[in-house]
This record gives sequence, C-alpha cells and structure tokens, in this order.
Amino acid sequence: MSAPHIVYNEGYLDEQTKRVIRRALLKGVAIPGFQVPFASREVPMPRGWGTGGVQVTAAVIGASDTLKVIDQGADDTTNAVSIRAFFEKVAGARSTTRTDEATIIQTRHRIPETPLAEKQILVYQVPIPEPLRFLEPRETETRRLHALEEYGLMYVKLYEDIARYGHIAKTYDYPVLVNGRYVMAPSPIPSFDNPKMHQSPALQLFGAGREKRIYVIPPFTDVESLGFEDFPFEPQRFDQPCEICGSVGVYLDEVIIDDRGNAMFVCSDTDHCERTATASVRDETTEVSA
Amino acid sequence: MTYNVTNANTATNATTSATSIDDLNPINALNPGDVMPTDAVLSVQNVDKTFTLHLQDSLRLPVLHGLTFDVPRGACVVLGGDSGAGKSTVMKMIYGSYGADSGRILLSHQNTILDLATAQPRQVLSARRDTLGYVSQFLRAVPRVPALDVVAEPLIERGVNREAARERAGELLARLSIPERLWKLPPATFSGGEQQRVNIARGFVIERPLLLLDEPTASLDARNRGVVIELIRESLGRGAGMLAIFHDADVREAVADHTVDVQSFTAVRQEVTA
Amino acid sequence: MKNETPLLSVTGAGHRYGDRFGCRDVSFDLWPGEVLAVVGESGSGKSTLLGMLSQRLTLDEGTIRYRTARLSDADLGGAGEDERMAEDLLDLSTLSEREVRRLWRTDWGFVHQNAADGLRMHVSAGGNVGEPLMANGWRHYGKIRAEAEEWLRRVEIPADRIDEAPATYSGGMRQRVQIARNLVFGPRLVFMDEPTSSLDVSVQARLLDLIRSLVAELGLAVVVVTHDLAVARLISHRTLVMKDGVVIESGLTDRVLDDPQAAYTQLLVSSILQG
Repeated sequence: MSAPHIVYNEGYLDEQTKRVIRRALLKGVAIPGFQVPFASREVPMPRGWGTGGVQVTAAVIGASDTLKVIDQGADDTTNAVSIRAFFEKVAGARSTTRTDEATIIQTRHRIPETPLAEKQILVYQVPIPEPLRFLEPRETETRRLHALEEYGLMYVKLYEDIARYGHIAKTYDYPVLVNGRYVMAPSPIPSFDNPKMHQSPALQLFGAGREKRIYVIPPFTDVESLGFEDFPFEPQRFDQPCEICGSVGVYLDEVIIDDRGNAMFVCSDTDHCERTATASVRDETTEVSA
Repeated sequence: MTYNVTNANTATNATTSATSIDDLNPINALNPGDVMPTDAVLSVQNVDKTFTLHLQDSLRLPVLHGLTFDVPRGACVVLGGDSGAGKSTVMKMIYGSYGADSGRILLSHQNTILDLATAQPRQVLSARRDTLGYVSQFLRAVPRVPALDVVAEPLIERGVNREAARERAGELLARLSIPERLWKLPPATFSGGEQQRVNIARGFVIERPLLLLDEPTASLDARNRGVVIELIRESLGRGAGMLAIFHDADVREAVADHTVDVQSFTAVRQEVTA
Repeated sequence: MKNETPLLSVTGAGHRYGDRFGCRDVSFDLWPGEVLAVVGESGSGKSTLLGMLSQRLTLDEGTIRYRTARLSDADLGGAGEDERMAEDLLDLSTLSEREVRRLWRTDWGFVHQNAADGLRMHVSAGGNVGEPLMANGWRHYGKIRAEAEEWLRRVEIPADRIDEAPATYSGGMRQRVQIARNLVFGPRLVFMDEPTSSLDVSVQARLLDLIRSLVAELGLAVVVVTHDLAVARLISHRTLVMKDGVVIESGLTDRVLDDPQAAYTQLLVSSILQG
C-alpha cells in the first residue's frame, strides 16, 4: 500500500488567494490600523483556532523563511507545534523556537520578550478585530465611527472602568491608537505587551479569519494605548522574578503545581525562559571552572 | 382646502420666511404722531372681532365692531359694559391671545410703533417681555415653582440677578399680605385670594409701559384692594398706562381716568350669517 | 434687536414616502431662546417633520438652513474664534455626513420619546452624560465626571446614583438623564419627540417644569413634537398645528389654543379633557 501523493501549492493557499491577501496586507500597510476586509478561505483547521493568522502567514512565507509559532508565549502547545509542522510541509520553511532566529513569528496572545528586529514579521491571530464591538454592535455604525474618527465611545468604556474599579481594569486587548488615526484592537495580548508595539522595528500583521479582516502596523509606527490625562494607560507589572529563570520585568504565568492549590510564577515566554535559564547555568559552570 | 383659515394673520405666520426683524419693522414701525396720539401708549383703531365656530356649522359670532380708543401714558382706562359685552375679548386681543380680524392695535414699543394686530409672534413676545403686562383673574403658574420665584421670574427674564429679583418679589408679596412662610411653596396649593395676590405681585414686579388688569381685585378683601389701588396709582405716577376691567365700583372710582363703553362697539347679533 | 438672523430657517420643506408626501410645504423660522411646538394626531406628519429637520429623513423638497460658522473639512480640527464669529445661514443639504455629525456633537441635541433610544441603557448615568464630552475631545476623567455630576444634579438625579445604569432607573429618571446627556455639551438647538408622553402624569409635570426652566436658563431653541396641547401650552412660545402632512395653523401658542381659527384646531382644543 502506498500513501496518497498530494502536492500542495507553496504555502498551501493557491496563488490567487495569496494575491488577494497580499493586496489586503499592502492596503493595511498604507493605512495603519485600518481593518481591511478580505475573502477568508478554508484552511485545514477550525475557525477560531488561528485561521486568520495562518492565512496571513501562508501569504508571506517562503522556503527561505524561518517560522516560530507561539501560543500564549509557549512554543510547545499542540496548536503551535501543528502550525509549525504544517508550514514545514507546505512551504518548505524551516522552523525554530528562538525569537531571534525567526523571520516570521505567528502568535496567539503574546509578543515575545526578546525585542524584535527589522525584517522580522509578527503575525497575530485575532478573534475580534473591532475594538468598538462591545459598545456598538452594528458593524455599519462602527465602520462609520472609524471613518469619521469618532472615538468618544471608546473612552466611555475606559470611563466605566474607572468609575467602577478606580482604575482602567482592561488588562488584555487594550485598545490603541495607531499612527494618530485609527483605534485598533491589538488582539488579546496582555496590556503588558502594548508598549512593545510602539515604534517596533518589525512588521506587525493582524489576521482575523472568522471575521474576515486584516490590519497592519508597519515598522516604526506610533502606537498609543488610550487613557485619560489623569488616568493614563498603565501596563501590567510583575514585581517578583520568574521562579525558573529569575528574569524580572517579564510577563509571568501562574502555574498550579499541586492539588493544594500552590502555585508558582514563571515566564509565559518559554523560549526566553529556557535561554535565560541555560545562560545562567552556563555562567555558573564557567565560574566554577575558572 | 377643507379648513377655512379665517384669520389672515394666521396664514402670514405660517409662511414666515427668513426675514430679519429689521425688515419687518417698516411695516409696523409707523411714524409716531401720524397714526396715534403722541401721548398714548396704546391706540386701538377700528378693530373687528368675530368668532367662527367650525364645530357648530361654522356659526359666526360677531363680538366687536369698530372698536376704537386710546390709552394715554399715566392714565387708567377702564373698560365698561355688561357681562358678555366683550371686555375680556378686548384684553386678550391686545395681549395677543386672540387675533383681531381687522383694524389696528398700535403699541408704543421700544421707541417704535408696533401694530399688534399684524405683528409677528416674535414681536408680540418681545412686547410682552418689555412693554405689555397682563394681570388676569387666574394664576396660570407652572407646578412646583415657589411663589417667590413665580413673582421674581419677569425680573430674572430681563437679566436682574436672582437675589435682587427675589428681594423685590418678597417686598411685593409682603405688601400684599402673603405670609413669608408661603413664599417657598408653589402657589398651586394656595387659596384663590392668595393666588390672585401672587398674580398681582408678578404683574407689578417690573415696570411696563402698559399694564392690562383683568379683574385683579375680584376676590380680595378691602385691605388688599387698598394695596392694589396704591400699586396702580404708583405705576400711573411713573407714567405707565393702564387698561382695566374692574367689577368693584370702589376700585374703579378710585383709579379710573376714562371709561370706554365696550357695549357701544358690540357687534349686532342680527348680522349673524350662517 | 439681537439675533437678527434666525437659528433655523425652513422653507417649503417636504418628505416623500414613495409617491405620497409624509409632510409638505412646511415653512418657519426659529430664533435662539424660542420653543416651537409641533402638534397634531399620530399620522399628521409631525414626526416626519422632526425626522426631516433633524436630518434623519431626506429632504425631498424645499430647504432647511441653519445658522452656523461655515464648516469645511479643513477646519474640522478647530475653527478659530474669528471664523466662529462669521456665522451664516447654511443650507443643510450641502453638508457632508461628517459635517452633519459634527453639528450633532456640538450644536444639536435630540431627546427621544423612549429613553432607550437615546441612552446606552447599560452604561452608567455618568458615562451616558460624559460621552458627548468625550466625543468632543475631553480627555480628563476628573473633569468629565465633575461635569456629568453637575448635570445630573441639575436634572435632579441623586448624586449617589451616578454610577448606576439607566436600566435600573424609573421612566422619569431615564428621561432626565437623557436631557442631561443632550444639554451637557452646550447645544444651541434641541429637538424633542414627545419627551413626556411615556410618563405618568405626575412625573410629566415635573419633567416639563425642568425642561422649561433649563430652556429659559440656557437660551436654547427647541422644536418639540407633541400630541398633547397641555405640553405645548406649558413650554412653547409658538405652535404649528399639523394635519395630513401640512401645517394648517401656526402662531403664538396661547393664540392658537385660545383663539383657534382652523376647524381642526378647534376640534383639537375642544377635545382637551378638563381636569
């Protein structure tokens, strides 16, 4: 018996579809933060599992690229591993878990701790691209609000938080103003990561497959997290270090370690954690042998 | 058109276009002296009034025909005639609540002469604010507003500060024997006589060149009637004109300078044409 | 005399539903500080007129002009003081959607019959009143909240309920929040569509009194649509009576109600329940 021999087009999607997506991406680059509609295609995974990100990646990846995929900061979740394997197979791309080696990083809910560089592309998986959605359910109206730059409504949400909790309680998918013009949902990344979008040297692409929207932050673009003069945006902060690698100033996950509910706080970015831990072990070794 | 608009003014009002008040003034601002005696604050000339009752087979009720009289400055003109002669109708036509079918109702207003029979609603409102006061038998007060503010309101509308206006209002209320404990209450809860005195205070709180008094003393005791007579004399002394309907002979005799017999202008009922 | 130009000038205005006119040939001027009541039965065209004036329905005939500084996309960033002085009657049909919406943010208010149409029912009262300020670029939470508090006080909402949503309020309170939301940004012209008719009689009187005193205090121009002649008498200076889509009588409110000329107006006036 022989396995069926199927040849996929490079990047899985057909060339026409990739052109459609690339056109949307170019338009997105031209109008930073603006949601460009596109004809979202079927890909071999369920909608809501990152189909937007996968289509964007498919449209920009080639055999010379090195792909990293993270899910909430981790390289080793099922979804991240599967997407990496998928593109190795259909695009002939290499894959990596190292942020600094990747040319394309597809992400769900995090921006890596290692600073991004020029010529890197960060592809976000986006569940809900419309930042005004929960305040104004009508798509016709939210599009008009964006077009006319009427963003009073967005501040109502922040006002309500302060009135209720004494501070802006939103800690993820925190709305940003891109290039001084469009209010944009950064996908559900923690507000901890928001400052990393500002003037980033990397190209940031956002794909929402179910909602059929693509938007872009070009390199070196102003990205301002919204706030009031007297209640400015404040990213989340973690005071204690990672209990594995000892890093400070990184985003930590709470991991439950036993049945009594004891927990430890560790880096959400597994690549960063591993490399920091390895480097400190090597330092200790070097010190001993010296 | 099924609905007969019998008053030409109404049609004019309905089609008011973007004309400024200055454009309108030449129509109304006639040359003083040409059209009314220079010492008059009000000159009613040849006014007719007929009510058309559309709900009763368009029954026409002529009320007044050729009504003509003047109110000089500093004088009190009393409207005489039997009940039903049309005295209140005259008052309401001058105040603007009723339209006039023909003739002129000339009012000396802000250094011009305004024909109230043809004036724009805006001009009538302006005249009411500054020139034309009206004290009726009944207080038509807004619910919830305290008596003191009901009286002070005309002053506040003309830009007097609230405290000064209330002070002046309080003086008048005190003069008319409204106890201070009532000042903060809405007059809707007052007795008829108290309401009437609040109404009088409101009418006299600012000095208008012409004051219309429609039975202001109807249910007052002798003491308060005396106060009203004083108030009227003070206003006359300052040069205001008055047009009044009095049922009390003693008040009438105390302040009337001239009497106009409305009966002599009452339209003859035989003219009724269905 | 001040205010030589009207704030709003309507000439021969009409709106068509298919081949039938919902209202037609309506002309009037409105000056600052003036309250105009539009009365008539349901189906008389009064709501169509309001829709047309407030730019929610198309103007198929005639013109509506509004006194404002000349707007253009170029000075949307902020017209200078000098430009603001140069006010002109502007034909509303020549404005872009952007310009019309700017007028809604800065110059015009609309009080709906049903508060749910004019409020975000699940946003706090403070947020509802603060939203127009935020829409006009206010970015200081403390100032926004102070202003919202002040306006809620003026419409007699207890201070300790500022953080509750209108969904938890009584009908009268909702309507008062709606009024605060429509006055907080200092409009010059406010449209009201049956503002009190969904309320109990006792609540109505209180609300009308509030509207009346705020309108006088702020010198607003108001167009209020109502089927209730008592509402017209209490708060308006002038009244238009509509029937079958046309104005059949107009003038000073007390004259229209005390000395009605048209048969229909006489019928309306004689139908008032005496109470």
